[in-house]
Amino acid sequence: MVSDNSSRSGRPPLGLLAAGGAAAALVLLPVAVTLANAGHAGFGAAVALLGRGLIAQLLANSLGLILCATISCGLIGTAAAWFVERTDLPGRPLWAVLAVVPLAIPAFITSYAWVSISPDLQDFAGALLVVTVSYFPLVYLPVAAALREMDPALEETARTLGNGPWAIFRRVILPQLRPALLGGMLLVALDTLVEFGAFAMLRFRTFTTAIYSAYRAGFSGAEPALLAVVLILLCLLCLLAEQLVRGRARYGRLAHGTRRAAARYRLGRWRPIVPLGFAALALVTIAVPLGTILWWLTRDSSAATATAAAAPADVAAAALSSLGLGLGGAALTMLIALPLGVLAARFDGWLIVGLERTAYLAQSIPGIVVALALVSLTVHLIRPLYQSVFLLLLAYSIVFLPLALVSIRSAIVQAQPRLEEAGRALGLNWIAITWRVTLPLAGPGLGAAAAMVFIAVTTELTATLLLAPIGTQTLATQIWADTSTLAFAAAAPYAAVLAALSLLASWTLARRFGAASVFTPVGAAPVGAALEAAV
Amino acid sequence: MAKLDIAILQKAYAGRPVLHDVSLIVEAGTLVAILGGSGSGKTTLLRLIAGFERVDGGEIRIDGALVAAATLHKPAERRGIGYMAQEGALFPHLCVADNITFGLPRAARRCRDRVAEMLEMVELPADYAGRAPHQLSGGEQQRVALARALAPNPKLVLLDEPFSALDAGLRADTRETVAAALRAAGTTAILVTHDQEEALSMGVQVGVLRDGQLVQLAAPAALYRRPADAALARFVGEAVLTRGVAESDAVQCAFGRLSLPPGGPTGSVNIMVRPEQIKLTAAPASGDVAAVVKAVTFYGHDATVRLALKNSAEEVTARIFSHVAPQSGAEVWLRIEGEVMVYPAPRPSTDAAV
Repeated sequence: MVSDNSSRSGRPPLGLLAAGGAAAALVLLPVAVTLANAGHAGFGAAVALLGRGLIAQLLANSLGLILCATISCGLIGTAAAWFVERTDLPGRPLWAVLAVVPLAIPAFITSYAWVSISPDLQDFAGALLVVTVSYFPLVYLPVAAALREMDPALEETARTLGNGPWAIFRRVILPQLRPALLGGMLLVALDTLVEFGAFAMLRFRTFTTAIYSAYRAGFSGAEPALLAVVLILLCLLCLLAEQLVRGRARYGRLAHGTRRAAARYRLGRWRPIVPLGFAALALVTIAVPLGTILWWLTRDSSAATATAAAAPADVAAAALSSLGLGLGGAALTMLIALPLGVLAARFDGWLIVGLERTAYLAQSIPGIVVALALVSLTVHLIRPLYQSVFLLLLAYSIVFLPLALVSIRSAIVQAQPRLEEAGRALGLNWIAITWRVTLPLAGPGLGAAAAMVFIAVTTELTATLLLAPIGTQTLATQIWADTSTLAFAAAAPYAAVLAALSLLASWTLARRFGAASVFTPVGAAPVGAALEAAV
Repeated sequence: MAKLDIAILQKAYAGRPVLHDVSLIVEAGTLVAILGGSGSGKTTLLRLIAGFERVDGGEIRIDGALVAAATLHKPAERRGIGYMAQEGALFPHLCVADNITFGLPRAARRCRDRVAEMLEMVELPADYAGRAPHQLSGGEQQRVALARALAPNPKLVLLDEPFSALDAGLRADTRETVAAALRAAGTTAILVTHDQEEALSMGVQVGVLRDGQLVQLAAPAALYRRPADAALARFVGEAVLTRGVAESDAVQCAFGRLSLPPGGPTGSVNIMVRPEQIKLTAAPASGDVAAVVKAVTFYGHDATVRLALKNSAEEVTARIFSHVAPQSGAEVWLRIEGEVMVYPAPRPSTDAAV
């Protein structure tokens, strides 16, 4: 992480600063509305809510699930990463890809698949299965990267000092994996807290589903708002812990020379067996969800509990509105995030660091909280905006601002001022420099940012469910509606199109920019950004 | 302290031979430097001795005990060998003291006496014990790496280009400390390097690896003065090569008539002298050769002088102290001091390729 101090100088233009400030304020808006709504309820309502034991039950549910899910994801992710990176496992490139694919299948699709297989698979067991299956790559990716980065000389030295493979793993590898492992596990925890659709389908009560049912039951804004405040606090805790873990335990590599590839352990007689484990993992994480969708596609609608059929025209209409919202959401998010990205990449100072961190706070504001806050704001104050497409796009922009900001920032960093100065010295004016220097350098990264937001918006469920204009159905909301009425066969075409879209778009993006660029856990960003800002 | 015995070692990667028939004996308590360019197989040799890789053929014995052969492989962790990697490879998550005691039995790890002792041996202050590796300079990291390697009292220490990542000033300093610590510990050691100065100054014996074969193993002075062939002469230091005709006790060449020790090749030969063996004078004595100074390159304490020999139109380079360097264009006389080496040159047409 080389920071070029000379390139981060001067005062930012006021207009840019204002635009960046507006983006940060937008993130704080739902928090402020939620706090205000919770405040309206007053002390009495809060005590009454606590007295009903609802919060205690939700806490027990959420924390119990988080504990089990982080452990299972930690074990599976670390084991998979170790086998792929450090052993002579046959078919490593294949398993490396298959270990990441679940990230491109939205959790509520996985949830739909399992629920439709067996209605018994509900509540805690189902939730744990779906969360583990969907989120273990969040541990796999950073741990695999950390294993690749590790200097093989460390293990060799430990061997000469009398340590066998297990002692080396415990004394040398594990301590160095700790930041990546804990960071990944905290991301799993954060995503588990924020997830709504998957749990609602499994009838597992967490804060998000409780907020939704309180809202649907027509309670005043108070109860959902109070629950939302607790949820935001929990998310914030995860986010802070994640930053702390990554920030404190950054060992880095001491050596900077060229490095040999690490020697791989021979699996020996386990060599035919371990691939079976990976195959089983791929079966559970990929083949079952996708296979179930295909199975329902070939089934007559009467095979499901509820017999509804999807007309091809409806599927096409839903796909079109998903794509349209994806394009609109990506455009608005980029527009809002770009000034802040430029500020963060090019300028220094407490104000800019503050604005950037505020924007990253959006990670700890669940989509359902953002949506509810916008609903209550527009219903009470700006009625015409309620259930408008613009409001929905605005919600997407808030939820996916951090996702866009990470990529925009690193894209702008690619186009170093030094290179622009070189262009200026060669006699180019600013239009020519933007066209011939900045855009070619930053363009691909900006494109990747937009594409990532596009994928995320297209597969988004929660905010869409609450904010979509009357009559607008997307692929996600249709799957939701059909699954709610147990019309699994009717949901299948929508799920198939959505999964295909997401996989195809992710695959294209990964081929163009490398898997790491697509699946960068957003949580990694604020630390990197904060560290660079601190240097 | 142990004797290392390597016999006709073979190693190939994917059918490509990397080491071929390497035999080497390192006497107990001595340091042998293995000198070789990139791809010479020197790192592979070290990794085979350490036990990181398996040998294809031949034997490695430590203190007479067989540790590696085609059908036998004692794992690295049970060979009792100290290893110092290229850039130290200190465990970044452990402090200096924990790094040093890493290889000790669990009970001994808590005892900090050994830490102080080892820090003193590598000439680091005792209060370094609590520091993190990233707080140390490159040279200090290397010293801690050596202390860590020596702490369990290994029979043999392997040093894999330990100074290559350090800058020049630090390198000389660290090299001296390491040499002193190794002497104090009395450990048998093998140092692998591509730096001939390092090999010559540190090794009791220096072995040269070329294309996977040990071309020569000799004391540093012998290796420098009497390299086995002309290519080796160029690899170990700079060499001036010219052709001549040898008789039993002398050779006739562009430098005049030079005496030879008896028993060497006769007939058409290549003659090797070191640039510093060429002495320049303004006033000729008998047997001196006339030359014109074409260029002088100043390096500081010494300088190289490019000379065109008048009688043969050959150009040679001499290395002399800079304060006696002549001007470019001056006429000088030169004479060869000390012993010269001759190599048979069977086909005169190939000498350009030497």
